[in-house]
Amino acid sequence: MSGLLYLIPIALLLGGVGLAAFLWSMRSGQYDDLDGAAHRILFDDDNDQSGST
Amino acid sequence: MIEALDLGQYYRRRTIDPDVRPLRPDEDQPEIVFEPHVRDAGKGLSEIHLLVDGLHCAACVWLIEQVLARVSGVVWARVNMTTRRLVIRWRAGEANAEDLAARVAQLGYRLVPFDPAALAAATDAESRRLLKAMAVAGFAAANIMLLSVAVWAGAVQDMGPATRALMHWISGAIALPAVAYAGRPFFGSALTALRGRRLNMDVPISLAVILAAGMSLFETIQNGDHVYFDSAAALLFFLLIGRYLDSRARGKARSSAERLLAIGATPVTILMPDGKTRQVMPAEAVPGTMALIAPGERIPVDGKVRSGRGDVDTSLIDGESLPKRVGPGDTVYAGAVNLTSSLNVAITAGGEDTLLAEIARLMENAEQDRAGYVLRADRIARLYAPIVHLLGLATFVGWITLGGAAWQEALLYAIAVLIITCPCALALAIPAVHVVASGRLFAGGVLVKSGGALERLAKVDTVVFDKTGTLTEGRLELADADSIAPEDLRFAAAMAMTSRHPLARALVRAAPLAAVAEGVVDVPGCGLTRQIAGGEARLGSRAFCGVAHGPDDGLPEMWLVRPRKAPVRFAFVDRPRRDAASVIESLSGAGYRLCLLSGDRPDVVGPLADDLGIADWRAGVRPDEKLAEITACRRDGRVVLMVGDGLNDAPALTAADVSAAPADAADISQTASDFVFQGRMLSPVVAMIETARRADRLVKQNLAFAFLYNAITIPVAMSGFASPLVAAVAMSTSSLIVVANALRLGLKAN
Repeated sequence: MSGLLYLIPIALLLGGVGLAAFLWSMRSGQYDDLDGAAHRILFDDDNDQSGST
Repeated sequence: MIEALDLGQYYRRRTIDPDVRPLRPDEDQPEIVFEPHVRDAGKGLSEIHLLVDGLHCAACVWLIEQVLARVSGVVWARVNMTTRRLVIRWRAGEANAEDLAARVAQLGYRLVPFDPAALAAATDAESRRLLKAMAVAGFAAANIMLLSVAVWAGAVQDMGPATRALMHWISGAIALPAVAYAGRPFFGSALTALRGRRLNMDVPISLAVILAAGMSLFETIQNGDHVYFDSAAALLFFLLIGRYLDSRARGKARSSAERLLAIGATPVTILMPDGKTRQVMPAEAVPGTMALIAPGERIPVDGKVRSGRGDVDTSLIDGESLPKRVGPGDTVYAGAVNLTSSLNVAITAGGEDTLLAEIARLMENAEQDRAGYVLRADRIARLYAPIVHLLGLATFVGWITLGGAAWQEALLYAIAVLIITCPCALALAIPAVHVVASGRLFAGGVLVKSGGALERLAKVDTVVFDKTGTLTEGRLELADADSIAPEDLRFAAAMAMTSRHPLARALVRAAPLAAVAEGVVDVPGCGLTRQIAGGEARLGSRAFCGVAHGPDDGLPEMWLVRPRKAPVRFAFVDRPRRDAASVIESLSGAGYRLCLLSGDRPDVVGPLADDLGIADWRAGVRPDEKLAEITACRRDGRVVLMVGDGLNDAPALTAADVSAAPADAADISQTASDFVFQGRMLSPVVAMIETARRADRLVKQNLAFAFLYNAITIPVAMSGFASPLVAAVAMSTSSLIVVANALRLGLKAN
């Protein structure tokens, strides 16, 4: 049972990292345009120099 | 232009049928000045926020971004496809807003600037808050469930009491902060309801969550058995999913409402006594002063014409398809567009006192009227919440008096009742269906503004249509194109190209390849003249062209006279939408009462109503009369769907139980409507009603299931058999079943 003492904190830490990553991605605007993002991935431009696509 | 920029890939990427909705060039819209909306973005950059109209697939996004990215100086151009907003940033001084906007407009998209601060978008913030709360609740629920599984397994195998206590303590450490954070949306709303001495669904939810968390903490301290941390967290998680879906469904149609902000912001050019001009906002325009209205400008105030003669397009106000001729002494209203020549107008009302503002007020009043409608979810809550509380109380009292239990034990059972009956499935039953239905309609080009609208639409038994722009396409076409010699048409169109008059525009549309004629003189309020070999050519009204006789069928017409040639008549009609007749037929076949209310003349409305087979029609109806008509209908106990597009329909749209407007309708009408449909067809109206009815059926099934679930679990909980395991499993399955049932609506579409 003593394994629990470090396994539980590890599990919580991993879960917490996931939660933090999600909150960060939301704050940085990655959920603002769900429809656009789904299509943007299909535009593979070679001649795209600006940060627009 | 697209090919010239080597962006031909656009056509390969375009995923939709190009005929569905033709791009609308900017030509008929009053000029928008973009420069004042440019703001400083820091680091030597300027930026502008724009709403894009006419965006319908990802290729459009790509095209706009590519075109802008090629302008030197532009460092950032990004279209948000969900909200249809475009943000452009460029190094200050290296590009200018007018030029950038013109490039996008040239592609055929309409742009409207907006102030992002003014649109702090309450719903947007709310939806983010819910998503965050949902993430926290989901994290907590998953981790606590993990520990709970260990506890449940430990009950069968041999887990020591110390280990179990440790599990409980860790669960509590996760659950309590998570509940405090993720529960706020419910606690806040429950508090508001209680303060207003009402009960809503959030009251039992909050009570159950707080009691469950509090009691579990007590049990943990007592080293007890009944710990419900997992149920409390899972409950919040599922409920937040429902809330989030609900707020997303509402947010979809926001962008069309935002366009309202652009109207009413046209500045007025005031003519000072000393002959100078000054620009002020309409609200600051003082009655009695003179305003100068340039051709092509939207009139920002009400007033009387002092000098100048010309045509004014009043379609925004009264739905008339033909422009009115105005001269000294005539009254003009805010919202009309001055077409031909500049007018000097003595202001009689500005800002809040204009007819436009009056219509807005009519709408506001009607809106309050509609607010009397109670959403089904709320009606259920009013019934359900007291019952749940009574059952909880009965369990508590029953176990103490009849069961002879200690008060802690009795309270535990009461909490189990609250948790199990907590309306997880009930809270998901309605929004889940509405989200699927909205998504399905959205794919078919219909924007749904609220789930409540679907609910009301399912009950509709009367459909009221407007004429111009709703049953008809709202644009004039040549009535007898075949009987006119092509060269006559080309000649006339070449002259007409210089004019903004709707008839001239219609003529140009009929012969798009004509080149602009030179030396055309605009005679305001009459027509056009042009010197050609052998004399003068005239294009305009019958009187202006001096035609004594000709057919008189009431159609709007233009005449072309040239020296030594017979006069040519161009008659125009506003054709019904291609599928109007079949839509009317299928609606009346399905037993709906149909009605046509139009502000247009009886001799135009009558024949159209006969053609389409609408027996009940009225012409020459003013905006307030439309409103009265709808209100009368509703007083008779009928549920009315109003379909209209003009500003003159806006009060009626608001007053009806539920309303729909085409996507090219006046901004205010779109805002007033629950549904906005795109394209040149009327059939989305039928699809809308059908989907609403199917959604209604599914909602009823879901509710029936949720009640069945309660009927089974409540006795279990009241008799004290609901262990934390039973509560967790029962709650999750019921929620999943309800969501799966809602998804069936989407499946059938394919």
